[in-house]
Amino acid sequence: MLGLDADRLRADLNRLLAFLFHQGILDEQYLQLQQLQDESSPNFVSEVVNIYFHESEKLLRNLRSLLMDREFSDYDKMGIHLNQFIGSSSSIGAKRVRNVCVAFRTASDQNNRAGCLRALELLEHEYCILKNKLHELFQMEQQRLLAAGVRYPMLN
Amino acid sequence: MARNGGVAWMRTTEKIDGYDLSTSDTEEVHVLAVDDSLVDRKVIERLLRISSCKVTAVDSGRRALQYLGLDEEIQKKETNGFDGLKVDLIITDYCMPGMTGYELLKKVKESSAFREIPVVIMSSENVIARIDRCLEEGAEDFIVKPVKLSDVKRIIDYTTTELREGEQREGTRAKRRGINKRKQREGDDDLSSSPPSTLSSSTSSSPSSSIQSATAPSSPSTLDSPTRRLKMTSSE
Repeated sequence: MLGLDADRLRADLNRLLAFLFHQGILDEQYLQLQQLQDESSPNFVSEVVNIYFHESEKLLRNLRSLLMDREFSDYDKMGIHLNQFIGSSSSIGAKRVRNVCVAFRTASDQNNRAGCLRALELLEHEYCILKNKLHELFQMEQQRLLAAGVRYPMLN
Repeated sequence: MARNGGVAWMRTTEKIDGYDLSTSDTEEVHVLAVDDSLVDRKVIERLLRISSCKVTAVDSGRRALQYLGLDEEIQKKETNGFDGLKVDLIITDYCMPGMTGYELLKKVKESSAFREIPVVIMSSENVIARIDRCLEEGAEDFIVKPVKLSDVKRIIDYTTTELREGEQREGTRAKRRGINKRKQREGDDDLSSSPPSTLSSSTSSSPSSSIQSATAPSSPSTLDSPTRRLKMTSSE
């Protein structure tokens, strides 16, 4: 019975992953991260992704407070934040988030404030989707491991 | 952050004593990784560890120079040439606040003590002018981010080959002193077997780099493998 659940969960997991790839939310770099996970580093993907969430939320807060400032003019600073966001997003395979950041950076390079505001709204939306989907992925992975009865060596 | 490993000591004393313990296959390459992004540091560290390297990861060019002992403000005392683990390879991000990867590259190549260390530049921007500038300044290679396992394996392969060739040259000199014949024979075997492995790792990574240039909107489609193309040009 346990075995069947694990198989079904694995199928669901693969279906979710295929969906995320098809929608362009994730790209092959995410698979690369999965390949780096093994018994010696069993939580590698979630560790990296959690760092990414933490850093991204800081960047989003910075971007929002820059644009909300009525006297805002420091597009260079915004460009720096965006470069960081582009870099880290591409490192974990967050394709759509990365693409919105690139469009955002273009608007910023043109000193287009309205364009930046629109891009920020879209970015926050895409980031939200990504975060929810990745949490869903991690939860399913946890359930699958439990169902498969995986035991990790006891560490003292 | 600086670890006192036994491995690099052993390799150096091998050279000094001039006789071969020949554990070069199992000796780990020590890589100094430089990136201001914590996400990227985590990823590059893991990529390197999985490729059997020792890794020291720092978050700025300044800290990299400090680690090497090149920081003008913090002069390291020479204690028979060793203050930490010897660095075999530096891999650095290009875009960093303060000192860019390019500036770090220049400082390393300007130093007599460290100019022989290969420096690899990573960048999320696929800009020809940037790549050319780095290669002209003496960079070993230029990787477009996101970095993949095949990129790291390729770099470690030729770093290891160059290290072994260096030791083989040492062995040749020792032979003229009448020592170390066994080491030279083993060095020849290594040299004859390494070119095919470099070629095969090149071909296996080309499909993934063409996918990469298709999905990354900013990269021109003609540049499937800029590093390989430019590396071939520079060796002609």
